[in-house]
Amino acid sequence: MFLKKIALAGSIAAFAATAGQACEINARVSIVGNEFAAIQAVGAAAQECTGAPVTSNLTSEHQTINVAGMSGNPAEYTTAIIANSSLVALMNEDVVRPLNDLVEKHGDGLQKSQLIKIGDDIMAVAFMANAQHLMFRKDILEQAGVEVPTTYEEMLEVAQAIREQGILQNPVGGAYKAGWNLAQEFNNMFLGYGGTHFKPGTAEPNINTEAGVNALKMMKALSEYMNPDFLTHDSNATNAEYRAGNVAIMNMWGSRASQQTSTEGVLDEVKNGHAIAAPLTVGGGSIPASTLWWDGWTVGKNVSDEEAEATFLAMKHGIRSDMLNDETSPLAVWLIDGYKPTADAQGVFAAAQMGTLPYPMLPYMGLMHSALGNELADFMQGKESAEQALADVEAAYRAAAIEKGFLQ
Amino acid sequence: MASRAQRMPASLRVASSLFVLFWFILAAFPFVWTLWGSFKVELDFFSIADWTNALTGERTEAVYGSPFTTTGYEGAWIKEEFWRNVLNTGIVCFFVVTISLTIGTLGGYALSRSTYNYTFWLLITALIFRAMPPITLVSGYLLPFFEWNVWGILPTTIIVLVAINQPFTLWMLHSFFKNIPSELDESAKVDGCNQFQAFRRVIIPVMWPGVITTGLFSFLLAYNDFAVGAMLLSESNRTMVPAINAFLGTTQTEGNVMFAVAAVVSATAPLFILVMFFQRQIVGGLTAGAVKG
Amino acid sequence: MRHKTFLWFFLPTGLAMLLFIALPIVSVVTQSIFAPHPAVLIEVESCTPLVGCTTETTVDQEATAALRAEKPLGRFVGLDIYFDRGHLAISEMKESWAKADSLGEFVSELGNLPFYRAMAFTLTFVAVVTPLTIVLGLIIALAINSLHHHLKGLMIFFSLLPMIVTPLIGSLILFWMVDSRGVIGSALVAMAGDPDFSLKASTGLMWVALMVYGVWHAAPFAFVVFYAGLQTLPGDQLEAAQIDGATRWQQVKYVVVPHLMPLVTFVALIQLMDNFKVFEPIIGFNATAHAQSLSSFIYNDLSGETRQLSSAAATSVITIIGVAILLSPVLVRTWRDFKGAR
Repeated sequence: MFLKKIALAGSIAAFAATAGQACEINARVSIVGNEFAAIQAVGAAAQECTGAPVTSNLTSEHQTINVAGMSGNPAEYTTAIIANSSLVALMNEDVVRPLNDLVEKHGDGLQKSQLIKIGDDIMAVAFMANAQHLMFRKDILEQAGVEVPTTYEEMLEVAQAIREQGILQNPVGGAYKAGWNLAQEFNNMFLGYGGTHFKPGTAEPNINTEAGVNALKMMKALSEYMNPDFLTHDSNATNAEYRAGNVAIMNMWGSRASQQTSTEGVLDEVKNGHAIAAPLTVGGGSIPASTLWWDGWTVGKNVSDEEAEATFLAMKHGIRSDMLNDETSPLAVWLIDGYKPTADAQGVFAAAQMGTLPYPMLPYMGLMHSALGNELADFMQGKESAEQALADVEAAYRAAAIEKGFLQ
Repeated sequence: MASRAQRMPASLRVASSLFVLFWFILAAFPFVWTLWGSFKVELDFFSIADWTNALTGERTEAVYGSPFTTTGYEGAWIKEEFWRNVLNTGIVCFFVVTISLTIGTLGGYALSRSTYNYTFWLLITALIFRAMPPITLVSGYLLPFFEWNVWGILPTTIIVLVAINQPFTLWMLHSFFKNIPSELDESAKVDGCNQFQAFRRVIIPVMWPGVITTGLFSFLLAYNDFAVGAMLLSESNRTMVPAINAFLGTTQTEGNVMFAVAAVVSATAPLFILVMFFQRQIVGGLTAGAVKG
Repeated sequence: MRHKTFLWFFLPTGLAMLLFIALPIVSVVTQSIFAPHPAVLIEVESCTPLVGCTTETTVDQEATAALRAEKPLGRFVGLDIYFDRGHLAISEMKESWAKADSLGEFVSELGNLPFYRAMAFTLTFVAVVTPLTIVLGLIIALAINSLHHHLKGLMIFFSLLPMIVTPLIGSLILFWMVDSRGVIGSALVAMAGDPDFSLKASTGLMWVALMVYGVWHAAPFAFVVFYAGLQTLPGDQLEAAQIDGATRWQQVKYVVVPHLMPLVTFVALIQLMDNFKVFEPIIGFNATAHAQSLSSFIYNDLSGETRQLSSAAATSVITIIGVAILLSPVLVRTWRDFKGAR
């Protein structure tokens, strides 16, 4: 990690020097966040600031330590880099501060669309986006003589055609691993069918509905065309299948697009046949069966105003237009002003243009996600009916929500 | 021992040797496979197309023109500076073993020699302590550690690992000390030693089999620890296993599995050398007790 | 040994355990009977990039903060969390008992509750893996002990490999190996003669795989403990037995096993406990669809986006109680030994 950071910092520093940007702060900055390359780049750019120490702790365990690390007074971390799903966890614990005054004072250069507003409060500044969308093998689709699907119903037809012609036995891929991944696929499908997870304005679950049953039935239908082990496949395993040439079509994270064919040893036919497209709709709906995600940074509540200001400045420096260069641009779909989308980013932008809903940013969504992940596997294995599975999810969610005080 | 082995009937010897061979394959096969695979590209290592690719390295040959490549090792050791993590693990292991054994031997000895009822209850309490899932304990430490500003550094992790493993160490050493006849230190005390002198002069020389075995497990615990290190160490102080986990990537982002595989293999190499080098001491240490005990 | 001497010998280790285990256990128990305050919810307009603004619900921090300041521990819920659906599921159980026509139906209803399903797997795992580990460990120890001196060190090292290779990677590799296209999976497919044969899609086979892994992973531990024990074997007793004309099997049964008995008890205690807390193979084999355990529940509670601390605490306490019940026969035995030894 260390060298990579130095290298990134070096290339960014060189760029910054020519652009004449400087970042002068007068209080400590301490960053906690996930550790993938795009966030490493932001962290490294923020560390160019001079005048006070900027430290970062980028780890995949960030979610388990960020609440504790931002509690206490003064808190260990002055900023947490989070995704939309985890912002609510920080807000529920009341460890992040509204940024309205800081944006007013230092917000020039940030685009309005980057500001995450909850009510009147700006709670985070987003810098990259992500969404699941279609990835497929155009060579196999051509060979089977089928069009690129735009709906999941068409995807089933494509899958059937490929299987019947004996090209591939299990042409559909999907990250259906029991737990978080399976729940995420359900969320996609459920929102695509027009479902809403909760009764408006309350924490009452609302998934044992027609949309819920339809979503599960579609997932079950798709799974018939998947590797029989689909309940153990996360996105890493699904991508491995795709690269090995066993999968022709799948719904996959946009952040994976750029590495899909660049991994060492990928088969030539996969490399040449790889293509991406917009996410699919389902059940005649117009909104894609996908969710939109963003990553952004927050500023801690339990730190002094000086530290908060320094943090804001350093993090803003970390996501300024100049930090984008040949090395950092392909790392993510950036929301930063001046970003020129690469071909790999088209899927995410298409998802946004089609009105894909953001992943629900509700205080109790995390509990629902966990309940879905734990209870849906039985249905996918054919052990129980869709209605029973959804009733189980609601019961599991209800128990958790009562514990957390969202339901009485 | 030798005389006993010589008297083994031939059929039993064959059966026993075959069994050892069988166990050898069972125990070593996944590791040997990993060692072989660590010189391949990921698509060969997890070869889904055809498992024989993992042996022949077809994709590796397509990329590098040879079925072997050291990119995984270069990536892990040079690009990601894995040696820092190895160093941290070395420090953690050394101190965890030393501290656990020191305080564990004292405690275990006391528990084995005292005949009051409370020793039994202390042992039971220690056992119940061990039933606590470590992940719950560690998540409970987070808040106070951040508060006291001791989060993220190696000493904290060392102390936590020592403490979490004390129940195990105590039980194990207690069992071994029970096997050492108490007449030994009793007679030393008759000769005018106090309890500690008896312990030092009489027990220490004969306790090595138990201590080496216990030390081995303390070492392996510290060496393999993931739950504690991942949650209590900052990125710059990371030990090996959390670092290897970082190579693996997350749901939304790609990792580099071959870095992880190469790291695992190269992390085992020093152990191999250690065991080969200290083979005499380990086997000898284990046997020493038999002579004196 | 006198009380005072005992105290000095025991103090360092006792202090470490008190600070880092006993105190946290107290706080965990507290946490399990207190839950977070009811959240005051309000609807607000929220705006996100690429999408625009929507109406969302959020927690009214000011109103909630007042509640928190008043009672920082949270609201007292007694044993409610222990009895809710995620744990012992008392009311769900009563309901299905009233509804069920036969015992079989009741049992299958019970199988729909996560806690009881996890218990079914955990107890099977404990009952199968513990004895197998002990027996395998003992056989390995006896076999390696009879090896030539020079081979011993090498074999000790290789025997330890299942423990040394970090489970993180070890299970990843084994997970691939048992894939229907992996090396072991291919062999199984060939043996089964069915090209669609998949271990990972079947709950029963997944259980078998988890148990095989469990034995494989723990056998080195039992082996090393028994091996060390064998080194202190009283030679005179063995010779006496041989002179009496005891067969090899009789020697093992009447001399070796009794000598190793304290160690067998120790290994059994540790193994019962660890197997009851089975966790790593479930995660490593991505087997959560087929098997769960109390530890994997705790992991789920703590690793979700919204952490359920009270639920995790309650499951932890249930784990401790479960272990205590499971170990009680061994503990009673230990108590008798202890009394007898005095």
